[in-house]
Amino acid sequence: MSSIKQIEEEIISDFELFDSWEEKYHYIIELGQKLAPLDDKYKVDEYKIKGCQSSVWLNGEERDGKLFFSADSDSTFVKGEIALLMMVLSGQAPEDILDAKLEFIDALGLRQHIAVTRANGLASMIKQMKTYAFAMTTANK
Amino acid sequence: MTPFDINKVRSDFPILSEKAYGKTLVYFDNAASSQKPKVVIDALVDYYSTYNANVHRGVHFLSQKASAAFDAVRDKVKTFINAESEREIIFVRGTTEAINLVASTYGRKNIGQGDEILISAMEHHSNIVPWQMLCEEKGAILKVIPLNEKGELIMDALPELLTDKTKFVSVVHISNSLGTMNPVKEIIRQAHAKGIPVLVDGAQSTAHEIIDVQELDADFFTFSGHKILAPTGVGCLYGKLHLLEAMPPYQGGGEMISSVSFEKTTYNEVPFKFEAGTPNIADAIALGAAIDYWNQLDRVGAAKWEMELLKYATKLISEVPSVRLIGTADKKASVVSFVIDGVNAMDAGMFLDTKGIAVRTGHHCTEPVMNFFQIPGTLRASFMFYNTNEEVDALAENLTKAIALLQTHSVA
Ligand SMILES: Cc1ncc(COP(=O)(O)O)c(C=O)c1O
Repeated sequence: MSSIKQIEEEIISDFELFDSWEEKYHYIIELGQKLAPLDDKYKVDEYKIKGCQSSVWLNGEERDGKLFFSADSDSTFVKGEIALLMMVLSGQAPEDILDAKLEFIDALGLRQHIAVTRANGLASMIKQMKTYAFAMTTANK
Repeated sequence: MTPFDINKVRSDFPILSEKAYGKTLVYFDNAASSQKPKVVIDALVDYYSTYNANVHRGVHFLSQKASAAFDAVRDKVKTFINAESEREIIFVRGTTEAINLVASTYGRKNIGQGDEILISAMEHHSNIVPWQMLCEEKGAILKVIPLNEKGELIMDALPELLTDKTKFVSVVHISNSLGTMNPVKEIIRQAHAKGIPVLVDGAQSTAHEIIDVQELDADFFTFSGHKILAPTGVGCLYGKLHLLEAMPPYQGGGEMISSVSFEKTTYNEVPFKFEAGTPNIADAIALGAAIDYWNQLDRVGAAKWEMELLKYATKLISEVPSVRLIGTADKKASVVSFVIDGVNAMDAGMFLDTKGIAVRTGHHCTEPVMNFFQIPGTLRASFMFYNTNEEVDALAENLTKAIALLQTHSVA
Protein backbone atom coordinates (compact mmCIF):
# COMPACT_ATOMS: atom_id res chain seq x y z
CA MET A 1 0.00 0.00 0.00
CA SER A 2 1.30 3.43 -0.94
CA SER A 3 1.68 6.08 1.70
CA ILE A 4 -0.90 8.80 2.20
CA LYS A 5 1.46 11.34 0.71
CA GLN A 6 2.07 9.21 -2.40
CA ILE A 7 -1.61 8.69 -3.03
CA GLU A 8 -2.26 12.40 -2.60
CA GLU A 9 0.41 13.08 -5.24
CA GLU A 10 -1.22 10.59 -7.61
CA ILE A 11 -4.63 12.19 -7.23
CA ILE A 12 -3.16 15.63 -7.80
CA SER A 13 -1.52 14.48 -11.03
CA ASP A 14 -4.79 12.82 -12.15
CA PHE A 15 -6.55 16.13 -11.64
CA GLU A 16 -3.95 17.94 -13.69
CA LEU A 17 -5.57 16.32 -16.73
CA PHE A 18 -8.69 18.36 -16.17
CA ASP A 19 -8.74 21.95 -17.17
CA SER A 20 -12.28 22.83 -16.27
CA TRP A 21 -14.58 22.66 -13.30
CA GLU A 22 -17.00 20.76 -15.49
CA GLU A 23 -14.50 17.95 -16.05
CA LYS A 24 -13.68 17.76 -12.37
CA TYR A 25 -17.38 17.66 -11.52
CA HIS A 26 -17.97 14.75 -13.89
CA TYR A 27 -14.97 12.87 -12.52
CA ILE A 28 -16.13 13.30 -8.94
CA ILE A 29 -19.69 12.26 -9.85
CA GLU A 30 -18.25 9.15 -11.49
CA LEU A 31 -16.24 8.34 -8.36
CA GLY A 32 -19.40 8.82 -6.33
CA GLN A 33 -21.37 6.49 -8.54
CA LYS A 34 -18.70 3.81 -8.23
CA LEU A 35 -18.38 4.02 -4.45
CA ALA A 36 -19.04 0.59 -2.94
CA PRO A 37 -22.45 0.50 -1.26
CA LEU A 38 -22.66 0.81 2.48
CA ASP A 39 -24.31 -1.94 4.45
CA ASP A 40 -27.81 -0.78 5.39
CA LYS A 41 -27.16 -1.44 9.05
CA TYR A 42 -24.84 1.57 9.08
CA LYS A 43 -27.39 3.88 7.51
CA VAL A 44 -28.71 4.96 10.87
CA ASP A 45 -28.31 8.09 12.91
CA GLU A 46 -25.42 6.70 14.92
CA TYR A 47 -23.23 6.76 11.80
CA LYS A 48 -24.67 9.91 10.30
CA ILE A 49 -22.81 13.17 9.73
CA LYS A 50 -25.29 15.88 8.94
CA GLY A 51 -24.15 18.47 6.44
CA CYS A 52 -25.96 21.55 5.28
CA GLN A 53 -27.46 20.10 2.11
CA SER A 54 -26.62 16.43 2.33
CA SER A 55 -26.13 13.62 4.79
CA VAL A 56 -23.23 11.20 5.06
CA TRP A 57 -23.09 7.84 6.78
CA LEU A 58 -19.60 6.71 7.66
CA ASN A 59 -18.27 3.54 9.26
CA GLY A 60 -14.68 2.67 10.17
CA GLU A 61 -13.39 -0.87 10.80
CA GLU A 62 -10.07 -2.25 11.96
CA ARG A 63 -8.41 -5.05 10.01
CA ASP A 64 -4.81 -6.16 10.66
CA GLY A 65 -3.93 -2.92 12.40
CA LYS A 66 -5.26 -0.78 9.57
CA LEU A 67 -8.41 1.31 9.44
CA PHE A 68 -10.91 0.77 6.62
CA PHE A 69 -13.79 3.08 5.86
CA SER A 70 -17.10 2.60 4.13
CA ALA A 71 -19.63 5.33 3.54
CA ASP A 72 -22.64 6.59 1.67
CA SER A 73 -24.43 9.89 1.07
CA ASP A 74 -27.67 11.14 -0.44
CA SER A 75 -25.52 13.33 -2.70
CA THR A 76 -23.54 11.69 -5.48
CA PHE A 77 -21.03 14.54 -5.48
CA VAL A 78 -20.44 14.13 -1.76
CA LYS A 79 -19.99 10.40 -2.35
CA GLY A 80 -17.31 11.33 -4.86
CA GLU A 81 -15.59 13.47 -2.26
CA ILE A 82 -15.77 10.59 0.20
CA ALA A 83 -14.30 8.29 -2.44
CA LEU A 84 -11.34 10.67 -2.78
CA LEU A 85 -10.84 10.77 0.96
CA MET A 86 -11.11 6.99 1.16
CA MET A 87 -8.55 6.49 -1.60
CA VAL A 88 -6.12 8.39 0.56
CA LEU A 89 -7.06 7.26 4.06
CA SER A 90 -8.81 3.91 3.92
CA GLY A 91 -6.48 1.01 4.69
CA GLN A 92 -3.86 3.19 6.36
CA ALA A 93 -2.48 2.89 9.88
CA PRO A 94 -4.47 4.96 12.38
CA GLU A 95 -1.37 6.96 13.39
CA ASP A 96 -0.84 8.00 9.77
CA ILE A 97 -4.49 8.93 9.39
CA LEU A 98 -4.24 11.13 12.47
CA ASP A 99 -1.12 12.82 11.08
CA ALA A 100 -2.48 13.33 7.57
CA LYS A 101 -2.64 17.00 6.60
CA LEU A 102 -4.63 16.25 3.43
CA GLU A 103 -3.13 19.16 1.55
CA PHE A 104 -4.22 17.55 -1.72
CA ILE A 105 -7.71 18.98 -1.28
CA ASP A 106 -6.41 22.48 -1.85
CA ALA A 107 -4.27 21.35 -4.77
CA LEU A 108 -7.32 20.00 -6.62
CA GLY A 109 -8.78 23.47 -7.04
CA LEU A 110 -12.12 22.45 -5.59
CA ARG A 111 -12.28 24.72 -2.59
CA GLN A 112 -14.24 27.49 -4.26
CA HIS A 113 -16.91 25.03 -5.37
CA ILE A 114 -17.30 23.32 -2.05
CA ALA A 115 -16.61 26.37 0.07
CA VAL A 116 -20.02 27.65 0.96
CA THR A 117 -22.06 24.64 1.79
CA ARG A 118 -19.76 21.74 1.87
CA ALA A 119 -16.37 22.75 3.08
CA ASN A 120 -18.07 22.21 6.42
CA GLY A 121 -19.41 18.82 5.39
CA LEU A 122 -15.99 17.78 4.15
CA ALA A 123 -14.36 19.00 7.34
CA SER A 124 -16.81 16.96 9.41
CA MET A 125 -16.08 13.85 7.35
CA ILE A 126 -12.34 14.26 7.88
CA LYS A 127 -12.92 14.88 11.54
CA GLN A 128 -15.03 11.75 11.83
CA MET A 129 -12.38 9.66 10.04
CA LYS A 130 -9.75 10.98 12.42
CA THR A 131 -12.02 10.23 15.35
CA TYR A 132 -12.16 6.60 14.27
CA ALA A 133 -8.35 6.61 13.96
CA PHE A 134 -7.94 8.15 17.39
CA ALA A 135 -10.31 5.62 18.96
CA MET A 136 -8.28 2.82 17.37
CA THR A 137 -4.93 4.11 18.62
CA THR A 138 -6.18 4.52 22.17
CA ALA A 139 -7.92 1.13 22.15
CA ASN A 140 -4.69 -0.54 21.07
CA LYS A 141 -2.56 1.01 23.79
CA MET B 1 -40.93 56.64 -20.45
CA THR B 2 -39.76 54.23 -23.14
CA PRO B 3 -41.66 50.93 -23.29
CA PHE B 4 -39.95 47.90 -21.78
CA ASP B 5 -37.19 46.61 -24.06
CA ILE B 6 -35.36 43.49 -22.94
CA ASN B 7 -32.23 44.19 -24.99
CA LYS B 8 -31.99 47.70 -23.67
CA VAL B 9 -32.37 46.66 -20.02
CA ARG B 10 -29.83 43.87 -20.38
CA SER B 11 -27.28 46.36 -21.64
CA ASP B 12 -27.82 48.37 -18.43
CA PHE B 13 -26.33 45.55 -16.34
CA PRO B 14 -22.58 45.05 -16.96
CA ILE B 15 -22.45 41.66 -15.22
CA LEU B 16 -24.89 40.10 -17.66
CA SER B 17 -22.21 40.02 -20.32
CA GLU B 18 -19.72 38.30 -18.00
CA LYS B 19 -18.85 34.64 -18.45
CA ALA B 20 -18.89 31.83 -15.89
CA TYR B 21 -16.16 29.24 -16.55
CA GLY B 22 -15.95 30.70 -20.05
CA LYS B 23 -19.65 30.04 -20.65
CA THR B 24 -22.53 32.43 -21.08
CA LEU B 25 -23.65 33.36 -17.59
CA VAL B 26 -27.28 32.66 -16.77
CA TYR B 27 -28.22 34.32 -13.51
CA PHE B 28 -31.31 32.81 -11.92
CA ASP B 29 -30.53 33.60 -8.29
CA ASN B 30 -32.30 36.93 -8.21
CA ALA B 31 -34.37 36.19 -5.13
CA ALA B 32 -31.12 35.91 -3.18
CA SER B 33 -29.68 39.11 -4.61
CA SER B 34 -30.31 41.09 -7.77
CA GLN B 35 -27.66 42.33 -10.15
CA LYS B 36 -26.85 46.04 -10.33
CA PRO B 37 -27.27 48.41 -13.25
CA LYS B 38 -24.29 50.53 -14.22
CA VAL B 39 -25.92 53.68 -12.83
CA VAL B 40 -25.86 52.13 -9.35
CA ILE B 41 -22.21 51.09 -9.62
CA ASP B 42 -21.36 54.55 -10.98
CA ALA B 43 -23.12 56.23 -8.06
CA LEU B 44 -20.87 54.36 -5.64
CA VAL B 45 -17.72 55.21 -7.55
CA ASP B 46 -18.80 58.82 -7.96
CA TYR B 47 -19.48 59.23 -4.25
CA TYR B 48 -16.13 57.79 -3.22
CA SER B 49 -14.24 59.60 -5.98
CA THR B 50 -15.73 63.05 -5.69
CA TYR B 51 -17.63 63.79 -2.46
CA ASN B 52 -16.88 61.18 0.21
CA ALA B 53 -17.33 62.64 3.71
CA ASN B 54 -19.28 62.00 6.87
CA VAL B 55 -22.77 63.45 6.89
CA HIS B 56 -24.63 65.88 9.16
CA ARG B 57 -21.60 66.88 11.19
CA GLY B 58 -19.40 68.87 8.88
CA VAL B 59 -19.38 72.51 7.99
CA HIS B 60 -17.28 71.84 4.92
CA PHE B 61 -18.01 71.48 1.23
CA LEU B 62 -17.75 67.69 0.93
CA SER B 63 -19.82 66.98 4.01
CA GLN B 64 -22.55 69.30 2.80
CA LYS B 65 -22.61 67.65 -0.59
CA ALA B 66 -22.66 64.14 0.92
CA SER B 67 -25.38 65.15 3.40
CA ALA B 68 -27.56 66.58 0.66
CA ALA B 69 -27.19 63.44 -1.47
CA PHE B 70 -27.86 61.18 1.50
CA ASP B 71 -30.91 63.13 2.67
CA ALA B 72 -32.36 63.13 -0.83
CA VAL B 73 -32.50 59.33 -0.77
CA ARG B 74 -34.93 59.31 2.14
CA ASP B 75 -37.26 61.38 0.04
CA LYS B 76 -36.82 59.08 -2.95
CA VAL B 77 -37.68 56.03 -0.82
CA LYS B 78 -40.72 57.85 0.53
CA THR B 79 -42.05 58.34 -3.00
CA PHE B 80 -40.95 54.88 -4.13
CA ILE B 81 -43.14 53.12 -1.55
CA ASN B 82 -45.60 56.01 -1.20
CA ALA B 83 -45.07 56.76 2.48
CA GLU B 84 -46.76 59.87 3.83
CA SER B 85 -43.59 61.48 5.15
CA GLU B 86 -39.86 60.89 4.66
CA ARG B 87 -39.60 60.77 8.44
CA GLU B 88 -41.28 57.36 8.21
CA ILE B 89 -38.21 55.95 6.42
CA ILE B 90 -35.43 54.49 8.56
CA PHE B 91 -32.19 53.35 7.00
CA VAL B 92 -31.08 49.91 8.15
CA ARG B 93 -28.79 47.17 6.84
CA GLY B 94 -31.67 45.27 5.30
CA THR B 95 -34.84 43.38 6.06
CA THR B 96 -33.23 41.33 8.81
CA GLU B 97 -32.18 44.41 10.73
CA ALA B 98 -35.52 46.11 10.09
CA ILE B 99 -37.46 43.21 11.63
CA ASN B 100 -35.07 42.98 14.56
CA LEU B 101 -35.48 46.70 15.13
CA VAL B 102 -39.25 46.41 15.32
CA ALA B 103 -39.12 43.30 17.52
CA SER B 104 -36.72 44.83 19.98
CA THR B 105 -38.31 48.28 20.21
CA TYR B 106 -42.02 48.09 19.43
CA GLY B 107 -42.10 44.45 20.46
CA ARG B 108 -40.26 44.85 23.77
CA LYS B 109 -42.45 47.75 24.74
CA ASN B 110 -45.84 46.39 23.73
CA ILE B 111 -45.71 42.62 24.01
CA GLY B 112 -45.88 40.83 27.32
CA GLN B 113 -46.52 37.58 29.11
CA GLY B 114 -49.16 35.44 27.40
CA ASP B 115 -49.53 37.78 24.42
CA GLU B 116 -49.52 36.31 20.93
CA ILE B 117 -47.53 37.21 17.83
CA LEU B 118 -48.84 35.91 14.54
CA ILE B 119 -46.59 35.03 11.61
CA SER B 120 -47.10 32.64 8.69
CA ALA B 121 -45.78 29.19 7.86
CA MET B 122 -43.80 30.54 4.89
CA GLU B 123 -41.67 33.11 6.68
CA HIS B 124 -37.97 33.57 6.05
CA HIS B 125 -35.95 32.78 9.18
CA SER B 126 -35.44 36.52 9.64
CA ASN B 127 -39.17 36.90 10.23
CA ILE B 128 -39.28 33.96 12.66
CA VAL B 129 -36.25 34.11 14.89
CA PRO B 130 -36.52 37.75 16.11
CA TRP B 131 -40.10 37.00 17.23
CA GLN B 132 -39.08 33.75 18.89
CA MET B 133 -36.40 35.61 20.80
CA LEU B 134 -38.95 38.17 21.90
CA CYS B 135 -41.40 35.42 22.90
CA GLU B 136 -38.73 33.73 24.95
CA GLU B 137 -37.83 36.96 26.71
CA LYS B 138 -41.42 37.98 27.43
CA GLY B 139 -43.22 34.67 27.81
CA ALA B 140 -45.27 35.47 24.70
CA ILE B 141 -46.55 32.89 22.22
CA LEU B 142 -45.78 32.57 18.51
CA LYS B 143 -48.76 31.56 16.35
CA VAL B 144 -48.56 30.52 12.72
CA ILE B 145 -50.97 30.91 9.78
CA PRO B 146 -50.87 27.48 8.07
CA LEU B 147 -50.20 26.57 4.43
CA ASN B 148 -52.09 24.47 1.93
CA GLU B 149 -50.52 22.01 -0.54
CA LYS B 150 -50.14 24.70 -3.19
CA GLY B 151 -48.07 26.77 -0.80
CA GLU B 152 -50.78 29.34 -0.14
CA LEU B 153 -51.84 30.70 3.23
CA ILE B 154 -55.04 29.15 4.53
CA MET B 155 -56.89 32.41 4.93
CA ASP B 156 -59.91 30.68 6.47
CA ALA B 157 -57.76 30.02 9.51
CA LEU B 158 -56.98 33.69 10.02
CA PRO B 159 -60.07 34.93 11.91
CA GLU B 160 -59.53 32.36 14.65
CA LEU B 161 -55.83 33.09 14.88
CA LEU B 162 -56.48 36.80 15.48
CA THR B 163 -57.48 36.58 19.13
CA ASP B 164 -57.81 39.03 21.98
CA LYS B 165 -54.25 38.12 22.89
CA THR B 166 -52.76 38.85 19.45
CA LYS B 167 -50.56 41.91 19.76
CA PHE B 168 -48.70 41.85 16.47
CA VAL B 169 -48.82 40.30 13.01
CA SER B 170 -45.73 39.93 10.82
CA VAL B 171 -46.11 38.35 7.37
CA VAL B 172 -44.16 38.01 4.19
CA HIS B 173 -45.54 39.75 1.09
CA ILE B 174 -43.97 37.33 -1.42
CA SER B 175 -42.39 34.06 -0.32
CA ASN B 176 -38.75 33.67 -1.36
CA SER B 177 -38.88 29.87 -1.49
CA LEU B 178 -42.34 29.38 -3.04
CA GLY B 179 -43.00 32.60 -4.91
CA THR B 180 -46.47 32.86 -3.36
CA MET B 181 -47.93 36.37 -3.32
CA ASN B 182 -49.83 36.72 -0.08
CA PRO B 183 -53.07 38.70 0.32
CA VAL B 184 -51.40 41.05 2.78
CA LYS B 185 -53.98 43.77 2.26
CA GLU B 186 -56.72 41.42 3.45
CA ILE B 187 -54.57 40.24 6.38
CA ILE B 188 -54.01 43.88 7.36
CA ARG B 189 -57.73 44.64 7.04
CA GLN B 190 -58.68 41.78 9.37
CA ALA B 191 -55.92 42.57 11.86
CA HIS B 192 -56.80 46.26 11.95
CA ALA B 193 -60.44 45.39 12.57
CA LYS B 194 -59.14 44.01 15.87
CA GLY B 195 -56.70 46.85 16.44
CA ILE B 196 -53.59 44.78 15.72
CA PRO B 197 -50.61 46.32 13.86
CA VAL B 198 -49.03 44.48 10.93
CA LEU B 199 -45.49 44.33 9.56
CA VAL B 200 -45.08 43.32 5.92
CA ASP B 201 -41.76 41.71 4.94
CA GLY B 202 -41.29 43.19 1.48
CA ALA B 203 -37.82 41.73 0.83
CA GLN B 204 -39.09 39.92 -2.26
CA SER B 205 -42.07 42.02 -3.27
CA THR B 206 -40.35 45.38 -3.66
CA ALA B 207 -38.57 44.23 -6.84
CA HIS B 208 -41.69 42.79 -8.45
CA GLU B 209 -44.61 44.94 -7.33
CA ILE B 210 -45.22 48.64 -7.15
CA ILE B 211 -45.38 49.20 -3.41
CA ASP B 212 -47.88 51.57 -1.85
CA VAL B 213 -47.68 51.33 1.93
CA GLN B 214 -50.62 53.68 2.39
CA GLU B 215 -52.84 51.70 0.09
CA LEU B 216 -51.84 48.49 1.91
CA ASP B 217 -52.27 50.36 5.19
CA ALA B 218 -49.19 48.49 6.49
CA ASP B 219 -47.96 49.66 9.87
CA PHE B 220 -44.42 48.55 9.09
CA PHE B 221 -42.86 47.57 5.78
CA THR B 222 -39.30 46.36 5.17
CA PHE B 223 -37.04 45.87 2.18
CA SER B 224 -33.38 45.13 1.39
CA GLY B 225 -31.50 47.26 -1.13
CA HIS B 226 -29.50 44.38 -2.56
CA LYS B 227 -32.65 42.66 -3.81
CA ILE B 228 -33.84 45.75 -5.68
CA LEU B 229 -30.78 46.58 -7.82
CA ALA B 230 -28.97 48.49 -5.02
CA PRO B 231 -25.85 47.47 -3.05
CA THR B 232 -25.72 45.15 -0.04
CA GLY B 233 -25.66 46.70 3.41
CA VAL B 234 -28.56 49.10 3.02
CA GLY B 235 -32.29 48.67 3.32
CA CYS B 236 -35.28 50.44 4.79
CA LEU B 237 -37.83 50.13 7.51
CA TYR B 238 -41.02 52.04 6.92
CA GLY B 239 -43.21 52.67 9.96
CA LYS B 240 -46.26 54.84 10.49
CA LEU B 241 -45.06 58.01 12.14
CA HIS B 242 -47.20 57.78 15.27
CA LEU B 243 -45.92 54.25 15.89
CA LEU B 244 -42.28 55.24 15.37
CA GLU B 245 -42.65 58.22 17.66
CA ALA B 246 -43.96 56.07 20.48
CA MET B 247 -41.19 53.49 20.12
CA PRO B 248 -38.07 53.48 22.29
CA PRO B 249 -34.75 53.84 20.42
CA TYR B 250 -32.89 50.83 19.02
CA GLN B 251 -29.15 51.26 19.41
CA GLY B 252 -27.48 54.08 21.33
CA GLY B 253 -24.74 56.31 20.00
CA GLY B 254 -24.12 59.37 17.88
CA GLU B 255 -26.76 60.77 15.49
CA MET B 256 -29.61 59.32 17.55
CA ILE B 257 -29.33 61.81 20.40
CA SER B 258 -30.51 65.32 20.87
CA SER B 259 -28.29 66.05 23.86
CA VAL B 260 -26.09 63.94 26.09
CA SER B 261 -24.92 64.49 29.65
CA PHE B 262 -23.98 61.95 32.29
CA GLU B 263 -27.22 62.69 34.09
CA LYS B 264 -29.58 62.50 31.16
CA THR B 265 -29.65 61.96 27.43
CA THR B 266 -32.51 63.10 25.28
CA TYR B 267 -33.13 61.38 22.00
CA ASN B 268 -33.23 62.83 18.56
CA GLU B 269 -36.48 62.79 16.66
CA VAL B 270 -37.72 60.16 14.23
CA PRO B 271 -36.11 58.83 12.05
CA PHE B 272 -32.69 59.73 13.52
CA LYS B 273 -33.64 58.21 16.86
CA PHE B 274 -33.28 54.81 15.15
CA GLU B 275 -30.10 55.54 13.23
CA ALA B 276 -27.24 55.49 15.72
CA GLY B 277 -23.77 56.04 14.33
CA THR B 278 -22.48 56.98 10.91
CA PRO B 279 -24.97 55.64 8.39
CA ASN B 280 -24.10 53.61 5.31
CA ILE B 281 -23.80 56.74 3.21
CA ALA B 282 -22.36 55.32 0.01
CA ASP B 283 -24.79 52.44 -0.28
CA ALA B 284 -27.75 54.65 0.59
CA ILE B 285 -26.76 57.05 -2.18
CA ALA B 286 -26.50 54.09 -4.56
CA LEU B 287 -29.93 52.95 -3.37
CA GLY B 288 -31.13 56.36 -4.51
CA ALA B 289 -29.62 55.66 -7.93
CA ALA B 290 -31.39 52.29 -8.01
CA ILE B 291 -34.71 53.99 -7.26
CA ASP B 292 -34.03 56.46 -10.10
CA TYR B 293 -33.47 53.43 -12.30
CA TRP B 294 -36.80 51.90 -11.25
CA ASN B 295 -38.51 55.21 -11.90
CA GLN B 296 -37.33 55.43 -15.51
CA LEU B 297 -38.15 51.75 -16.13
CA ASP B 298 -41.51 50.78 -17.61
CA ARG B 299 -42.44 48.81 -14.51
CA VAL B 300 -45.72 47.56 -15.86
CA GLY B 301 -43.93 46.25 -18.94
CA ALA B 302 -41.18 44.74 -16.79
CA ALA B 303 -43.71 42.98 -14.54
CA LYS B 304 -45.52 41.62 -17.58
CA TRP B 305 -42.22 40.29 -18.93
CA GLU B 306 -41.50 38.56 -15.62
CA MET B 307 -44.93 36.92 -15.68
CA GLU B 308 -44.22 35.62 -19.18
CA LEU B 309 -40.89 34.23 -17.98
CA LEU B 310 -42.61 32.59 -15.03
CA LYS B 311 -45.24 31.02 -17.25
CA TYR B 312 -42.69 29.78 -19.75
CA ALA B 313 -40.32 28.44 -17.09
CA THR B 314 -43.13 26.76 -15.16
CA LYS B 315 -44.22 24.99 -18.34
CA LEU B 316 -40.74 23.88 -19.43
CA ILE B 317 -39.53 22.80 -16.01
CA SER B 318 -42.70 20.95 -15.07
CA GLU B 319 -42.43 19.02 -18.35
CA VAL B 320 -39.01 17.67 -17.42
CA PRO B 321 -39.57 14.07 -16.27
CA SER B 322 -39.14 13.42 -12.51
CA VAL B 323 -39.52 17.11 -11.62
CA ARG B 324 -42.08 18.16 -9.04
CA LEU B 325 -42.84 21.84 -8.53
CA ILE B 326 -42.98 23.09 -4.95
CA GLY B 327 -45.18 26.16 -4.66
CA THR B 328 -48.00 26.28 -7.19
CA ALA B 329 -50.01 29.17 -5.79
CA ASP B 330 -52.57 30.86 -8.03
CA LYS B 331 -50.83 34.19 -7.47
CA LYS B 332 -47.07 33.87 -7.84
CA ALA B 333 -44.01 36.01 -8.40
CA SER B 334 -41.22 34.90 -10.74
CA VAL B 335 -39.86 32.04 -8.65
CA VAL B 336 -39.82 28.38 -9.69
CA SER B 337 -38.91 25.98 -6.89
CA PHE B 338 -38.76 22.24 -7.52
CA VAL B 339 -37.43 18.85 -6.47
CA ILE B 340 -36.29 15.98 -8.68
CA ASP B 341 -37.11 12.37 -7.83
CA GLY B 342 -33.96 10.43 -7.05
CA VAL B 343 -31.61 13.38 -7.50
CA ASN B 344 -30.03 15.42 -4.75
CA ALA B 345 -30.84 19.11 -5.35
CA MET B 346 -27.30 20.24 -4.66
CA ASP B 347 -25.82 17.74 -7.14
CA ALA B 348 -28.13 19.06 -9.85
CA GLY B 349 -27.41 22.68 -8.84
CA MET B 350 -23.68 22.04 -9.15
CA PHE B 351 -24.20 20.46 -12.57
CA LEU B 352 -26.01 23.61 -13.69
CA ASP B 353 -23.16 25.66 -12.22
CA THR B 354 -20.65 23.84 -14.43
CA LYS B 355 -22.74 25.10 -17.37
CA GLY B 356 -22.68 28.68 -16.12
CA ILE B 357 -26.26 28.61 -14.81
CA ALA B 358 -26.72 30.07 -11.33
CA VAL B 359 -29.58 28.65 -9.29
CA ARG B 360 -29.92 28.17 -5.55
CA THR B 361 -30.37 24.87 -3.74
CA GLY B 362 -31.31 24.12 -0.16
CA HIS B 363 -33.96 25.36 2.22
CA HIS B 364 -33.62 29.06 1.29
CA CYS B 365 -33.78 30.08 4.96
CA THR B 366 -37.33 28.73 5.17
CA GLU B 367 -36.86 25.39 6.91
CA PRO B 368 -40.47 25.22 8.14
CA VAL B 369 -41.64 25.35 4.50
CA MET B 370 -39.37 22.41 3.65
CA ASN B 371 -40.65 20.50 6.66
CA PHE B 372 -44.22 21.15 5.56
CA PHE B 373 -43.52 19.65 2.14
CA GLN B 374 -41.36 16.94 3.76
CA ILE B 375 -38.37 17.67 1.57
CA PRO B 376 -34.81 18.62 2.55
CA GLY B 377 -34.68 21.48 0.07
CA THR B 378 -35.44 22.59 -3.45
CA LEU B 379 -33.69 23.90 -6.52
CA ARG B 380 -34.88 27.42 -7.06
CA ALA B 381 -34.70 29.51 -10.20
CA SER B 382 -35.79 33.09 -9.56
CA PHE B 383 -36.18 35.58 -12.38
CA MET B 384 -35.75 39.29 -12.82
CA PHE B 385 -36.99 41.44 -15.70
CA TYR B 386 -33.55 41.18 -17.34
CA ASN B 387 -33.80 37.39 -17.82
CA THR B 388 -34.82 35.84 -21.14
CA ASN B 389 -36.69 32.85 -22.54
CA GLU B 390 -33.44 31.62 -24.10
CA GLU B 391 -31.95 31.46 -20.61
CA VAL B 392 -34.96 29.44 -19.47
CA ASP B 393 -34.40 27.10 -22.44
CA ALA B 394 -30.79 26.61 -21.31
CA LEU B 395 -31.98 25.79 -17.80
CA ALA B 396 -34.54 23.22 -18.93
CA GLU B 397 -32.13 21.61 -21.37
CA ASN B 398 -29.34 21.28 -18.83
CA LEU B 399 -31.71 20.13 -16.16
CA THR B 400 -32.65 17.21 -18.39
CA LYS B 401 -28.95 16.42 -18.82
CA ALA B 402 -28.32 16.65 -15.09
CA ILE B 403 -31.12 14.19 -14.40
CA ALA B 404 -29.85 11.78 -17.04
CA LEU B 405 -26.42 11.82 -15.43
CA LEU B 406 -27.44 11.75 -11.80
CA GLN B 407 -30.61 9.74 -11.61
CA THR B 408 -29.39 6.34 -12.84
CA HIS B 409 -26.98 5.73 -10.02
CA SER B 410 -28.14 7.85 -7.16
CA VAL B 411 -29.44 6.43 -3.94
CA ALA B 412 -33.20 6.37 -3.59
C1 LIG C 1 -38.69 37.00 2.27
C2 LIG C 1 -37.39 37.43 2.84
N1 LIG C 1 -37.34 38.01 4.04
C3 LIG C 1 -36.19 38.42 4.58
C4 LIG C 1 -34.99 38.26 3.95
C5 LIG C 1 -33.72 38.72 4.61
O1 LIG C 1 -33.17 39.77 3.92
P1 LIG C 1 -31.70 40.29 4.23
O2 LIG C 1 -30.83 39.08 4.28
O3 LIG C 1 -31.39 41.19 3.09
O4 LIG C 1 -31.75 41.01 5.53
C6 LIG C 1 -34.97 37.66 2.69
C7 LIG C 1 -33.70 37.45 1.99
O5 LIG C 1 -33.31 36.36 1.61
C8 LIG C 1 -36.20 37.22 2.13
O6 LIG C 1 -36.23 36.65 0.93
